Amino acid sequence: MLEGLYIGVSSAFSLTNIMMVVGGCLIGTFIGMLPGLGPMSIIAIMIPVAITIGDPSSALILLAGVYYGAIFGGSTSSILINAPGIASTVATSFDGYPLARQGKAGKALTIAAIASFTGGTVGAILLMIFAPALASVALIFHSAEYFALMVLGLSAIAAFAGTGNVAKAVMMTILGLVIATVGEAALFNAPRFTMGIMDLQSGIGFITLAMAMFALPEALYLVMDPNRSNTGDGGSGKITNLRITRQEAKEITPVIGRQSIQGFLIGVLPGAGATIASFLGYAVERNLAKKEDQEKFGKGSVKGLAAPEAANNAAGTGSFVPLLTLGIPGSGTTAILLGALIALNVSPGPRLMVDEPQIFWAVIISMYIGNVVLLILNLPLIPYIAKILAVPRNYLIPFIIFFTMMGAYIGQNNATELLILTGLGVIATILRLADYPLAPLLIGFILGPMLENNFARSMQLYDGIGFIVERPMTLGLLAIAVLLIFLPSYRARRARLRAEGVADSD
Amino acid sequence: MALDRWIALVILLVFLAYGYTAWFTMDALLPPILQRNPIWPSSFPKVLSIAGALVSLAVIFNLEKSKLDAETREINYRRLHDYRIGQAALLIGFMIAYALLLRPLGFLISTFLFLTLGAVVLGERRLIVTMIVAAVAAGIVWYLVEQVLGIFLRPLPMFL
Repeated sequence: MLEGLYIGVSSAFSLTNIMMVVGGCLIGTFIGMLPGLGPMSIIAIMIPVAITIGDPSSALILLAGVYYGAIFGGSTSSILINAPGIASTVATSFDGYPLARQGKAGKALTIAAIASFTGGTVGAILLMIFAPALASVALIFHSAEYFALMVLGLSAIAAFAGTGNVAKAVMMTILGLVIATVGEAALFNAPRFTMGIMDLQSGIGFITLAMAMFALPEALYLVMDPNRSNTGDGGSGKITNLRITRQEAKEITPVIGRQSIQGFLIGVLPGAGATIASFLGYAVERNLAKKEDQEKFGKGSVKGLAAPEAANNAAGTGSFVPLLTLGIPGSGTTAILLGALIALNVSPGPRLMVDEPQIFWAVIISMYIGNVVLLILNLPLIPYIAKILAVPRNYLIPFIIFFTMMGAYIGQNNATELLILTGLGVIATILRLADYPLAPLLIGFILGPMLENNFARSMQLYDGIGFIVERPMTLGLLAIAVLLIFLPSYRARRARLRAEGVADSD
Repeated sequence: MALDRWIALVILLVFLAYGYTAWFTMDALLPPILQRNPIWPSSFPKVLSIAGALVSLAVIFNLEKSKLDAETREINYRRLHDYRIGQAALLIGFMIAYALLLRPLGFLISTFLFLTLGAVVLGERRLIVTMIVAAVAAGIVWYLVEQVLGIFLRPLPMFL
């Protein structure tokens, strides 16, 4: 590990890479504050920039910096104007915004920054320990196990990430897999399902799909429901006195410690990302708190602010574990990072650490640097960066849509891509109106080709479907996948039956 | 029937059309030499079409009760007329126009028009300020993309 650390330090501390971290964190913070552009959209917009850089480690460092910056920016807008830019900072607004209204915005920002810093740093340390261990296990995997592992990952995402309805999430996953089969598959050298349309020959661009699934529906929601964004009236409030007292520091230390570890472990699980970690962290800390502290939750408790902040950052780092070791993204954001890596000709997976250790370690070291940058650079700058929240929504929304289109256009340099983007965006908005979760669709789309390749390779090796029963590990993983899909609906059904039974006997 | 089940029905039709292509039309094009392979280009789509159709049916027949009711949604589609649908539709129209005009009009003019009209539709009244902001933004973005990223964007109309 020490050797790896050395490679990482020497690579990450080059001038370019430090600039990448600093720049990425600043851009991420800036845009992460705005409603409508979550980390996924920001990263998707930045991918053409990252690809122009060429060097995969620098590119990944830039994108990872943007990611932490976006989470930090999201908490800032949660605290200042009660408008979480991203879902994983919604829990931050529960106590952050009341604190700001009590005139303690500076204090709240400091607590959030310290909690994020600790969560991110603890996460990075755990990642450094966990990832190599997991990768060495994963090295014994064959394509059959990979196929099973991806099926397991997809079903876990569908089971946990949905809006409480697993069937809908599974449906979206399969739809994503179906969309992924459109175009020319590397495996067969023949276009499929293009319906004779030339522009579909190369398939649908993943940046286009990501923008259509996340950025556009959010922008359209902002248009349709003006109460959704509070920008334009915020940012003018004075942010003074960033200091916290010794007493407060003592209160939040155990909270941050616990939530950093819990958040990381939640982040490692596919499907359960920073959002779930932050809500769970908030709930756990409220239950653990003393009676008189419990009542402060929701009214400006420092513990209630520190818990989700530590948890979401640790979970953000934790979600890199499956990405870097197995090449399987557990969340929408890491799915987009995976897409970026593939575009940069890096194939993530257990071989990554063996073949290109400098990428793996440089990313880890950049996580430390990124956390320090956010703490010492962004915190003093926050009052100035927060001025962006004063931009009126009349300007903001056209710009969000414009950047979405730019992201899709400059990746492909093709105006038809914009029409595809608009069409998919409208479809995504309708799906969202009907409570269909969209992240499973995107993850299915990105994993689709890999899933099919591993499936095909196992079929060829075993001359048929026999690999499923002949390899116990494959069978085991697939069995867990099936269980994950059916267990929630089975349990819900039983609970409902029991509830009905109670109602009857009354 | 609720909106989500109607959507499931539409998606079921998509899966069925996809499945029809995979099961009945794709294999005819396969060269005989590849037919001895255990996996065909249509194998994976065949599996997907069946799985997709089954799950769609599960949603259509509401086998799993949804925990969310209409009231707790971010936007309740049953009261859609309460929201600014017209503005959203206009913006979508602008996006289509932007896609079609980007080549013929060039990046600078189409971007300027999109940003200005977008703000006006959303209710912006300070027209001069809006136009200045849009013009400056279009210029900066063009400079960044063309000069810094090195990706070609036709700045001016085709005829210039």
